[in-house]
Amino acid sequence: MKPTHSFQAKEITAGYDNNSILHDVSISIPSNKISIIIGANGCGKSTLLKTMARLIKPTSGQVTLGDNPINKIPSKQFARVVGLLPQSPIVPEGITVADLVGRGRFPHQSFLKGWTKKDYEAVAEAMEIMKITEFADRNIDELSGGQRQRVWIAMALAQQTDILFLDEPTTYLDITYQIEILDLLTDLNRKYGTTIVMVLHDINLSARYADHIFALHKGKLVAEGEPSKVITSKLIHDIFGLHCTVVTDPVSGSPSVIPIGRYHNKLRMYS
Amino acid sequence: MMNESVNFIMVGRKKRLRRFILVTSFLAVIAFALCCAMLMLGNTIYPVSDVIGVLLGQEVKGASFAVGIIRFPRMVAGVFAGFAFGVAGTVFQTMLRNPLANPNVIGITAGSSAAAVFCIIVLQASNTIISIASVVGGLATVLIIFLLSKGTSFSIGRLILIGIGIQAMLNAVISYLLLIGQQHDIPTAMRWLSGSLNGAKMESLYPLIITVLIFAPVIFALGKRLDLLELGEQAATSLGIHTDKTRLALIISSVLIIALATATTGPIAFVAFLSGPIAKRLVGVGFSSLIPAGLIGIILVLASDLIGQFAFVARYPVGVITGILGAPYLIYLLIRMNRKGDL
Repeated sequence: MKPTHSFQAKEITAGYDNNSILHDVSISIPSNKISIIIGANGCGKSTLLKTMARLIKPTSGQVTLGDNPINKIPSKQFARVVGLLPQSPIVPEGITVADLVGRGRFPHQSFLKGWTKKDYEAVAEAMEIMKITEFADRNIDELSGGQRQRVWIAMALAQQTDILFLDEPTTYLDITYQIEILDLLTDLNRKYGTTIVMVLHDINLSARYADHIFALHKGKLVAEGEPSKVITSKLIHDIFGLHCTVVTDPVSGSPSVIPIGRYHNKLRMYS
Repeated sequence: MMNESVNFIMVGRKKRLRRFILVTSFLAVIAFALCCAMLMLGNTIYPVSDVIGVLLGQEVKGASFAVGIIRFPRMVAGVFAGFAFGVAGTVFQTMLRNPLANPNVIGITAGSSAAAVFCIIVLQASNTIISIASVVGGLATVLIIFLLSKGTSFSIGRLILIGIGIQAMLNAVISYLLLIGQQHDIPTAMRWLSGSLNGAKMESLYPLIITVLIFAPVIFALGKRLDLLELGEQAATSLGIHTDKTRLALIISSVLIIALATATTGPIAFVAFLSGPIAKRLVGVGFSSLIPAGLIGIILVLASDLIGQFAFVARYPVGVITGILGAPYLIYLLIRMNRKGDL
């Protein structure tokens, strides 16, 4: 099992080019759990993720891992504990799947040395978990969108971090692949205890797969906790401005949001 | 199961490594053969034994002058300039993820040339000052291109277009300087327009040799990081790379070697542009293609120089031949990128 880490953001304000998107957000990432950040477009979900993965420097406040502020931790050492799969990583033309996954080994490799046995094992393990071993020697351009996404996640897994951030890992994927990816990530969490923090657009999938939800609205944290406690029609209305009713997902028992529009409203709710 | 997949991955990776080593060695052999040809061929063809004799410092009648004073410096200039162009071109192309983004196309070599021509024609400066000016000119051009393309959000497409525009402006400056220049300065200045190995002298090659020997290893040491930069800013950062520092070190090292190479041989057209893509095509992308690209640079320069010297009735400088090779590839690339919508 992966070790427990105390990983916290304390009153962080952050954004791009003096334009603050996050205001005074404090969160503590539950260790060895799956956390999902939800909120409307532009509410600061990605910014929060990026600030914690130190892709963005906060303008005020501080992110700490253990006892240390993250900007004081050497970058390779940080990269051995915290990994991030960006929303749209760039595929180098003509690279094979195994070589791309292998690039995730960089923080563990020493200067100018080739792959060690450990590197091969980590790559093989990551590819097994993501079920892409058979594609090892294939060119990544030949794979489908869902397969490619599994390759990228495998690259992040080969990094063997205790904490893994994913910025919208299911965007642009068919529903089948969305479920597949989320199941694989859950495997990873349950089997290895990897702490997973991700941004997802789909609230119902978030409610089903998350142990812990962070709800953001206009750059502020407005609610957090177990999905069954957090996901209410009031919260959804507050952060998305959408009328809805919340029912229990018959499959998982988690809350499920049913939106109410202006049409097809047989219950005459909010009409 | 686990061991099986470790083996499967290892076999594939080792196979690609073997291919990489094989192709790289093959390129090194070709480059070496071309070096020998450069020394043996000329108005008089000297046998290998004479060439070796001269290189070992023996006095061989006729050969000592032709090989030792004329052909050897010409060969060394070609080797170091070709290597520098090949390596530095690949750095830019990989870093900016676009084969068009290289010193020839975005005006870095033109910046070096313009600064040098200015020193020759307006300042009547010494060779040392001309070399320094060409380095400064190259770096300043990079700086201007990066600042102008920064805008609200950085885009590589915009950087390339701005670079092409700057290149055109610099070429206009060079043309103007040549028009106002004095007759006797023109031949010296012309060297900066089309690359040539003519008249290379050993003593003027040392700055290039030393710079390449110092900064090429720096670039090679950053090779793995360069490949990670290709995955994008965020992925590279989360793998533990200081992207800004890495980029800065790569840009400075590359511009230094390319500016010194330009100062020595003139801008040999398209070598920086062609070497990287050819190397990647040959060795694949699993391993750093910097060294193969450097070897391709040597091969392109030496082979083109030999073709320019001996294939036609008139002798052409090396830059004319590489220009003929490179221009069609540039057009092909533009058409292909236009279709894919990359530009």
